[in-house]
Amino acid sequence: MSDIRKRKGVLGELLQNKAAYLLALPAAVYTVIFGYLTMPYLLIAFQKFNYKTGLFNSPWIGFDNFRFFFASPRAWEITFNTLKLNTLFIVFGTIAALLLAILFNELKSRLFSRIAQSTILFPHFLSWVIVSYVLYSLLSTEYGMVNRILEAIGMEPINWYSSPGYWTSILVGTHIWKDIGISLVIYLAAIAGIDESYYEAGRIDGATRMQLIRYITLPLLLPTVIILSLLALGKIMYGGFDMIYAIVKDNGLLYPTTEVIDTYVFRSLRNIGNPAQAMAIGLYQAVVGFILVYTSNKVVRKINPDHALF
Amino acid sequence: MKKITLFGTLNTMFIALFSLICTIPMLLVLMVSFTDEKAIQLNGYQLFPEKLSLGAYKLLLLGSTPLYQSYMISILITVVGTLLAVFITGAAGYTLSSRHVKYRNHLAMFFFVTMVFNTGIVPWYLISTGLGLRNTIWALIVPSMIFNPFNLFLVRNYMKQIPDTLTEAARIDGANDFYIALRIFFPLSLPVLATVTLFYGIGYWNNWFNAIMLVDNKDLFPLQFLLFKLNSEISMIQSMQRTMSEVATTLPAESVKMATAILTIGPIVFFYPFLQKYFIKGLLIGSVKE
Repeated sequence: MSDIRKRKGVLGELLQNKAAYLLALPAAVYTVIFGYLTMPYLLIAFQKFNYKTGLFNSPWIGFDNFRFFFASPRAWEITFNTLKLNTLFIVFGTIAALLLAILFNELKSRLFSRIAQSTILFPHFLSWVIVSYVLYSLLSTEYGMVNRILEAIGMEPINWYSSPGYWTSILVGTHIWKDIGISLVIYLAAIAGIDESYYEAGRIDGATRMQLIRYITLPLLLPTVIILSLLALGKIMYGGFDMIYAIVKDNGLLYPTTEVIDTYVFRSLRNIGNPAQAMAIGLYQAVVGFILVYTSNKVVRKINPDHALF
Repeated sequence: MKKITLFGTLNTMFIALFSLICTIPMLLVLMVSFTDEKAIQLNGYQLFPEKLSLGAYKLLLLGSTPLYQSYMISILITVVGTLLAVFITGAAGYTLSSRHVKYRNHLAMFFFVTMVFNTGIVPWYLISTGLGLRNTIWALIVPSMIFNPFNLFLVRNYMKQIPDTLTEAARIDGANDFYIALRIFFPLSLPVLATVTLFYGIGYWNNWFNAIMLVDNKDLFPLQFLLFKLNSEISMIQSMQRTMSEVATTLPAESVKMATAILTIGPIVFFYPFLQKYFIKGLLIGSVKE
């Protein structure tokens, strides 16, 4: 039976199961167009690209686009901001979610726990545009609630949208506010998966609540924490466009602390209209990003092969 | 025993407080949307405004504002896009999970590669414009929205659990792959398809990236993008006022912005119980592999 199948070859298999392959065709066509066909366009990073001449007829200029980018002081600023913001999102997001998950686990009332979880998860479903409005209602210089409170307690109001110094903390805080619910749900599920007999044994030996957390819950959560952090680490060169462009928009005053690679690429493409230069930065981002995905996946695989992406 | 109760109480209070802090900023937006414009100018945004007003909602809902058009666009792309996306993903999931398909693992690899190597927005933009999608409704439906390999693998892993005997039996009865996929696999995979529907649906409803990249035509602005524009371009609100001069004498710019934000959240609040249930399911299938 298997012999007959083998002899049929590729075409025979495709014909025999044509209905099955046809079902995968729409997804495959999409993947070819928006996945594989995007790859040749990476080459325009080495071209003086022009929309009229396109990918095939634009002149080649070697590394000029890269040189232009790396010669500007912005190159290091935006790389630094990207790494800084994403690292802080991961570190503070993880710590806050872990603490919260441990406290939630100690709740006696199931109903209260579920209501609180629903409340904390809700902002995750909002778009960053909505979140920018929420933030604006707090920080607006004229009408914002924060400045009104500052005035009420006798302090000077702050012009938030022109003071870049505050924005690292503001963005980290906003990110935690929006997404802590997700990590909370994952960690709570991981805690629920811990064998109850460990805790029973601990209690019989007279362990306190803190000791149970310290010696059972935290060590057993560690693999989940590490894996989620490493997966996030792999995407560290990306991300942030939706968030930062929705909140900061084209407010140049805040660029020194908020401009990241994604927003910079967007500006070079849409505002300046130079796709080749944007592509050079994008290629730099993609290569470093790929190395990070690859390395972090390798580390995950070492810890627990089941959790590796590939 | 007493110590535990004290801890329990403090813990409950802390979590209640934390949840409250998470909610207050959203409540503030809600309250501002109902605040009289003069009160805003006098006191700023307040949780307990001095004077309430429905002016912003009247302006938005009774006038010929761009809101209706954008609402229609958002609903259209969310419904059409999600239906297509779920079908495309489910169909490919069937192929990848069927043991009689010899090249299923090669196909899986073919989909997986694009997941790992992200070429970014520049090629994405050039291809989308090259396909002539600029300023068409498809620009909001197709690029990066209509298919996501992550969801495909979610569906495939679920469908893999469906026993082969079922397929074999149907095959002997003369059913072909279309029939088996649509009449047997899809109904049996409803939980995972619900999760995927939700992922795509939320993605479409909240998307404004495709609009900012590919759409300049105001008639095609989805709600989120209208909202994005509203904050920076006061002219958009002014154009609303011109049509509404008989209803509003002064332009309630601040409450109009916040009211638009609230109307944009509306459907999410409405579907939240469903969203939460299937979202958590999907999250746990995806992250805590067993």
